[in-house]
Amino acid sequence: MAIVLEPSRNSPALPGGSGAVRPKPVSDPGVLRRPVESTKGIVSWLTTVDHTRIGVMYGALSLVWFVIGGIEALLIRLQLAQPNGDVIGADTYNQMFTMHGTTMVFLVVMPLSSAFFNYFLPLQIGARDVAFPRLNALSWWLFVFGGLFLYSSFFLGGAPNGGWFGYAPNTSITFSPGHNIDFWIFGLQILGIASTVSAVNFIATIINMRAPGMTLFRMPVFTWMTFVASFLLLFAMPIITVALFLLMFDRNFGANFFNPAQGGDPVLWQHLFWLFGHPEVYILILPAMGIVSEVLPTFSRKPLFGYPVVVFSGIAIGFMGWGVWAHHMFAVGLGPVATAAFGVSTMFIAVPTGVKIFNWTATLWGGAIRFTTAMYFSVGFITTFVIGGLSGVTHSVVSADTQQTDTYYIVAHFHYVLFGGALMGLFSGFYYWWPKIFGKMLNERLGKVHFWLMLLGMHLTFGPMHIVGLQGQPRRMYRYDKGMGFDFWNMIETVGSFIIATSLVVFFVNILITSRSKAVAPADPWDARTVEWMTDSPPKPWNFDVVPTVHTVDEFWHRKYAEDDDGSIRRVATAEQVLTHDPVDPASIHMPSPSWWPLIAAFWFPVTAYGVLYHAWPVAVLGGVGILAGFFGWSLEPSAAPHDDHHDDHGHGDDPNSSFGELVAGTAH
Amino acid sequence: MTAATVDIDHAPAPSGHADDHSHHATATGLSNEKVAMWAFLGSECLLFGALIATYLVYKGRSINGPFPKDIYDIPFTSASSFILLMSSLTMVLAVSSIERNDHKRLRLWLTITALLGSSFIAGQIYEFTAFVREGLTLKTNLFGSSFFVLTGFHGVHVTLGILMLLSLVNLSRRGKITQAKAETVEIVGLYWHFVDVVWIVIFTVIYLIP
Repeated sequence: MAIVLEPSRNSPALPGGSGAVRPKPVSDPGVLRRPVESTKGIVSWLTTVDHTRIGVMYGALSLVWFVIGGIEALLIRLQLAQPNGDVIGADTYNQMFTMHGTTMVFLVVMPLSSAFFNYFLPLQIGARDVAFPRLNALSWWLFVFGGLFLYSSFFLGGAPNGGWFGYAPNTSITFSPGHNIDFWIFGLQILGIASTVSAVNFIATIINMRAPGMTLFRMPVFTWMTFVASFLLLFAMPIITVALFLLMFDRNFGANFFNPAQGGDPVLWQHLFWLFGHPEVYILILPAMGIVSEVLPTFSRKPLFGYPVVVFSGIAIGFMGWGVWAHHMFAVGLGPVATAAFGVSTMFIAVPTGVKIFNWTATLWGGAIRFTTAMYFSVGFITTFVIGGLSGVTHSVVSADTQQTDTYYIVAHFHYVLFGGALMGLFSGFYYWWPKIFGKMLNERLGKVHFWLMLLGMHLTFGPMHIVGLQGQPRRMYRYDKGMGFDFWNMIETVGSFIIATSLVVFFVNILITSRSKAVAPADPWDARTVEWMTDSPPKPWNFDVVPTVHTVDEFWHRKYAEDDDGSIRRVATAEQVLTHDPVDPASIHMPSPSWWPLIAAFWFPVTAYGVLYHAWPVAVLGGVGILAGFFGWSLEPSAAPHDDHHDDHGHGDDPNSSFGELVAGTAH
Repeated sequence: MTAATVDIDHAPAPSGHADDHSHHATATGLSNEKVAMWAFLGSECLLFGALIATYLVYKGRSINGPFPKDIYDIPFTSASSFILLMSSLTMVLAVSSIERNDHKRLRLWLTITALLGSSFIAGQIYEFTAFVREGLTLKTNLFGSSFFVLTGFHGVHVTLGILMLLSLVNLSRRGKITQAKAETVEIVGLYWHFVDVVWIVIFTVIYLIP
């Protein structure tokens, strides 16, 4: 059966009519009735545990938050367009820059990376799903409810206004008496649980679910970077969890952690926050680096230059990322030894990053380069990331950094690495993998318009910030006076920010046009190299009819091409031929069944948070009981509905192992 | 009784299905659940690490009393610590029981482990109320804040562990924990031992070191 030749991928004969795939349960062991298995209708989305659908939902919701965070950025830029701006007041401005930062970090870049993790991690290692599909759904619903909780603050007395770093004691009850900061604390706690759970899940998936022959050093680089980023999440999240708990106890229960009158130390907050915050920076950038490491070889028709070196550099960044946090705190006055040590470690971490840049450049060297939109974004990533990386190295010079602290120079730096870096890489992923996810190609011409507008807008917006920053324009101030020399460049920055907004309109128009188009993408539109392309686009719920056995890095490429005796590369098979295999009875492939429990368990987290926030203790207790009840109901329900005709040895069948593993992991912090 | 339990999920595989179940043997040979538990415990190390670091940073920096030396009852806490440590032994005995397919002993040792854990929690509740009576609350000083939050977090972890132990007893009673699923008990045991080890660190660092 040649899968690629099938007329419609949603044909009811296969995944849609799963009645044939999954016979009626013999008995219903769970508390709730099992949702009917289907790929249509709202219930199927609410109860899905399929990693591809969860990935798509992550991507879609992240783009919504991206628009909202972008609008906040535009309001900031409008306020600052002219001296003594009067567009939004000081308090609104504080809320805008706080929510812009919080949104872009926690609700846009992290979940967008998560969207790609979810969709491509199992596909790239030849797995049928993640290790814990229901925990995966739990992470997704916690992300949904965490974001909604955070944004409900706008309607309940005002959004958080203490900056995304929430420095205590400025965020203590004395200086921030409203509920604004409480929303920030509890919103981040919920999102943090989501991240921890998915980190555990992805780590278990990568360690355990690899296809036969997929050794660690045959894994695609994107999977490697996911692996490193998951470990960073795993170890960084509990630190911010503790910091937020301490602040919560201060604000709500009269503790003294950040109360200077009782000897509380504001520097403790900074240490805890940045000990989380700096690994967080690498959590944001490593996935994008992984995507770029997939796109560049594909469109250069060359293997990634120095694959093991790129992987080890990623691992090195993961380790060294823990030893540089105090460069965010040079202005605190930590003493000469500490500042010198952190200055030097900050210089060192530029080395593995630089190694990667050289490897990417060497991948391009001598390649048969095709300049597709995905390639544009990847090359754009390299160039802007180099600029951002170089301004980052200037922070390691402590004496210079104390001049740069709290100026727009810092704002310029981290937007070059996070917007010009992380987001460019993620957009590269959108254009590269869109045909894989939806079976349709995004329009290349519009994509290139999107790219050039975004690149231009980005440099116009953030480039001048280097200049005004070094001239002394402070961050987080909602106004500046005439005649400071800031007027011209601030106007340019505002114009640039609207060019970025225009570029995104082009992107969304592209999505709209593509979704209306009837043209179906070929099975292997880019002549790709890795395992995720060795199945249908979009893949069936079980990903692979026959799980591939892997022999090398770039497995798909090596099945398509071989080397002649004279060393020249010769095509030996078309993609369609590689994808062809003997027919497989779908009923023999056993997948986890949909479940209501992740949604139910996640729902009670914001309820608990509202209860504590408003000191409405019955509500908080109700929420806590709801969470516990949710996990107990969950643990009583087997992850796959029982079948009278089928044998399950999938590793998480009717097995209290998984129930308890999930129960325990689910009650994280 | 479990010998009679029909385990449809672990019945012998019908022929011809073997190819479609390539995940049965995980890439490492460890179960997903065990890998996940170890990863989660790694995360927990940083959680308690940050809390203990906070306690240490604020050690001796309280402006007003009561100070640790005024209210710690070392003999009492030593006794409750000993009880908690013994629960690790009974946990090991529970795991070894199920590995020998001895379901009665499994439930016995799990119940004893849960009881020992509950005694520890009872001791902690007594200790907290005694401290409050002597004038130390979360609000009193830095010592109060960091002491109650650190030990409180540990107490919550022990409580969750007790809930898991009792659920295991319940599952075992309904015949759901077969010898083949002994690993479930082992994984809960991992968590339980971790919580004990953390207490050894807490007890040493905040009670014993002056």
